[in-house]
Amino acid sequence: MLKEGTFRNPSGCAVVGVIDRSGGLMSGEGMIEAIEVMHDRSNGLGGGFAGYGIYPHYKDFYAFHLFYDGKKAQTETEEFICRHFEIVYSSEIQTRKVAGVTDEPLIFRYFLAPLPQKLSRSHLDEREYVARCVNRINAQIDGAYVFSSGKNMGIFKGVGYPEDVGRFYRLEEYAGYAWTCHGRYPTNTPGWWGGSHPFGLLDFSVVHNGEISSYDANRRYIEMFGYKCTLHTDTEVITYIIDYLVRRRGLTLEETAHVIAASFWSTIAGKEESAREQETLLRRMFPSLLVTGPFSIILGYTGGLMALGDRLKLRSTVCAEKGDLAYISSEESAIRRIQPSLDRVFAPAGGEPVIYELYDKGGLA
Amino acid sequence: MEMYISPEYEVVRDHDRCIACRVCERQCANGVHTFDADSGRMVADSAKCVNCHRCVCLCPTHALKIVKSEDTYKHNANWDNRTINEIYKQANSGGVLLSSMGNPNPYPIFWDKLLINASQVTNPSIDPLREPMETRLWLGKRSAKVERDARGKLKNTLAPQLRLEVPILFSAMSYGSISYNAHESLARAAEELGTYYNTGEGGLHRDFYRFPNTIVQVASGRFGVFKDYLEHAAAIEIKMGQGAKPGIGGHLPGAKITEDVAETRMIPQGSDAISPAPHHDIYSIEDLRQLVCSLKEATDYKKPVIVKVAAVHNAAAIASGIARSGADIIAIDGFRGGTGAAPTRIRDNVGIPIELALAQVDQRLREEGIRDEVSIIAGGSIRSSADVVKAIALGADACYIGTAALLALGCHLCRSCQSGLCNWGIATQRPDLVKRLNPDIGYKRLVNLVTAWKHEIEEMMGGMGINSIEALRGNRLMLRGIGLNDRELGLLGVRYAGENM
Amino acid sequence: MKRIYVNEKWCLGCHLCEYECAFAATGLDDMVKALKGRPIHPKIRVEDAGEVHFAVNCRQCKDPVCVRRCISGALTKGEDGVVRIDREKCVGCLTCVLVCPYGAVMPAPDGHAAMKCQLCTDNVCGEPNCVRHCPNQAIVFEERA
Repeated sequence: MLKEGTFRNPSGCAVVGVIDRSGGLMSGEGMIEAIEVMHDRSNGLGGGFAGYGIYPHYKDFYAFHLFYDGKKAQTETEEFICRHFEIVYSSEIQTRKVAGVTDEPLIFRYFLAPLPQKLSRSHLDEREYVARCVNRINAQIDGAYVFSSGKNMGIFKGVGYPEDVGRFYRLEEYAGYAWTCHGRYPTNTPGWWGGSHPFGLLDFSVVHNGEISSYDANRRYIEMFGYKCTLHTDTEVITYIIDYLVRRRGLTLEETAHVIAASFWSTIAGKEESAREQETLLRRMFPSLLVTGPFSIILGYTGGLMALGDRLKLRSTVCAEKGDLAYISSEESAIRRIQPSLDRVFAPAGGEPVIYELYDKGGLA
Repeated sequence: MEMYISPEYEVVRDHDRCIACRVCERQCANGVHTFDADSGRMVADSAKCVNCHRCVCLCPTHALKIVKSEDTYKHNANWDNRTINEIYKQANSGGVLLSSMGNPNPYPIFWDKLLINASQVTNPSIDPLREPMETRLWLGKRSAKVERDARGKLKNTLAPQLRLEVPILFSAMSYGSISYNAHESLARAAEELGTYYNTGEGGLHRDFYRFPNTIVQVASGRFGVFKDYLEHAAAIEIKMGQGAKPGIGGHLPGAKITEDVAETRMIPQGSDAISPAPHHDIYSIEDLRQLVCSLKEATDYKKPVIVKVAAVHNAAAIASGIARSGADIIAIDGFRGGTGAAPTRIRDNVGIPIELALAQVDQRLREEGIRDEVSIIAGGSIRSSADVVKAIALGADACYIGTAALLALGCHLCRSCQSGLCNWGIATQRPDLVKRLNPDIGYKRLVNLVTAWKHEIEEMMGGMGINSIEALRGNRLMLRGIGLNDRELGLLGVRYAGENM
Repeated sequence: MKRIYVNEKWCLGCHLCEYECAFAATGLDDMVKALKGRPIHPKIRVEDAGEVHFAVNCRQCKDPVCVRRCISGALTKGEDGVVRIDREKCVGCLTCVLVCPYGAVMPAPDGHAAMKCQLCTDNVCGEPNCVRHCPNQAIVFEERA
């Protein structure tokens, strides 16, 4: 069978996310409990988590999480890292043995600062520099894979049911203001650790449930801008689209949502003039980044979460609020499991983003 | 008629059915049918027949058919009848052989070796009868800067674009090569369909200034190009080449240059209109840029400029040059594209299939990161809605249709346009023949055709789970090849049928 | 009322309408059987003059001269506006043929009566057969002010 990344791999899934808008910290345990309810939406071939605010002591450094197939890949990668970054701290990521999680690769974590001279010589913006380094490791070093690269955030993922993966990574020991989680039901894979989700680039992480029909149109377009879709998954291409539109083109998240899950022309025609003009313009500027087919994603970023579903609402998404806490999930049951009494529960319309952010984002970015 | 050549087709009349109403006689501009008063029967001279089927279609008792003549030279796999006849014709005339419409030879048709995907289980197909299905798109540059006004709203920094309700445009066919009524049919249909028709290089008749959806052509002969012409255009197309005759200019026989055509083209009546092979102000890519910029300057930067090229061996590199020339749209015309008149040898031997050219152009522009600088229109034998879907999945933004549109108007592909005696009132300027095409009927048939294709495109898109034509553009995973070798698959950028995603 | 109108601009002079008219009058379903080897007697006639062609038939006049001049009361204008001939009452004087300014009334082939277009209300077609089969929509059947 082909290794993941050498073929296109669509999958069905479960997603869930939580944020404490007051900035209070939660352990990863809640997410594990929530995703466990949706056990049947996964098939044991992948699960993962993203936590935000989990590395307060190293918040100014890029936290790289890496999978290595072996020592050779590690040596090669660390040489590459040393040429481009100062390693502030590095260690193996602590895990525990769990029955449902096997064949784990070497899993390492590095806190990094770009080498100033190298950065200035590259004529790149710092984040672009880091993103390119991530792409180079993933595309060029055989057996090495950077699966998390943001600041003060981290992705933890693997092959197995998500609740087992969470316990494998000892997520109860981490505390963050926001978490997302993903249980995977791939239809086409032997299961590879790097292929599990969330997919991350810098501080963006995406969990996604669906199978998009626009994949190759989106991929061939986004690859024009230096991205390499090495995993051939929807989540990867959606993450790159968001990164491109938000980080490189300077769109807001709402504008980005109107590109990815653009309203139908007939809907746009019925909107008030200003919205009509803006949404028409976005569709005319970025038509190839329209994503069609079923998807429901949770985007994690520094200071917030965004839920977005496809414009036909072919995948379920439920949002809920309780005090400062906000929840997003494939199924309401997962939210009820960890928060039985809720102030508000609603299903967002297809194509309409729901954004939950920290009340005070100061000091985070 | 050349005495060495026996008739290629035979008019067969069922005398048991013929009522001698003489409709066939009145409708044949070639004088095939006559009434023999002595016998009281209709007779036919097959040697004059071009097999346009006008008589067959109008015969009220269905007493006529045209069959391939069984008469044949001694069988020879190398020297077939057509080849031999062409020798006879040239030995008789000393001239270049002329033909019309697209290359009829049995080259591979890649459209027919591409198969389209559909959703099963893992994602849902979409029912276009019950859900929105978008075929609207905009043609032009998309490489705009993100800029905001004082209130933070996005500014419209886009260059002018063309809005299409359906990814199909009528391709360039000049007034002169086709009739006034054919042009009126195309213009009215385009307006009703929310798309565009194209003047070709024959100028724009003043009667058609009222149509807002005219693409005007600037070709090497510059026929009919002046201020009003450019001002009444929705877009301007620089014709560098044509798929049916790459490397040479347009040919319009003097017989078709009537008073009205002459005035529209701004040339003397009855003179042959032979456009120069190249534009004599464009000997290189930087010259093209100057013409693009001149036309934009002349029209106040309000109209997109299209550059149309024939699909030739170096198509990808040429397209890359055009994408950097300031042009907004590239039209690529495959070697099966139609024509009102072309040298037979060129039509049948020069150029490459649109499928390969399109795939290579799209890929090259993406590799160079300049796909947003231009939209791509593919033409040169788009025969059905399935061809449109495949072209868009390969990377086209929209398709030009010419031959298909003429067929909708009644053309039976007899490939005798150059004679000017079109019995269907399309490729003729003879008033009694022109009136055979009533635009009230013609425009409606065009609207019907494109509407039918639109429905079919929507059905195929829905099957793929795609509800915007823009998510199909360049979506090559939706295609699989069948009966293609590795090299062909590689050039088309598709996998073989049965290969996984 | 809906009348037959002919647009000279689109009339090709193909004369198909004459044959379709004659065919309609026979009530048969096969044109070959109906018309083969027989002279036709259409109530619509195409006038040809060089490049100009024009199909002529009864205009179903508002105040038809033929009706006024009919000596036997065979010609009447019905409530539907259609001018009809009652063959039983017609004595074959052919005054109507003489007075029609359009030449749209003609002697019937048997010579004993006149005949004219009755918009195919008198045969199985139900609507004018010439209109239905005109290849260029030069003949139309419509309400005009």
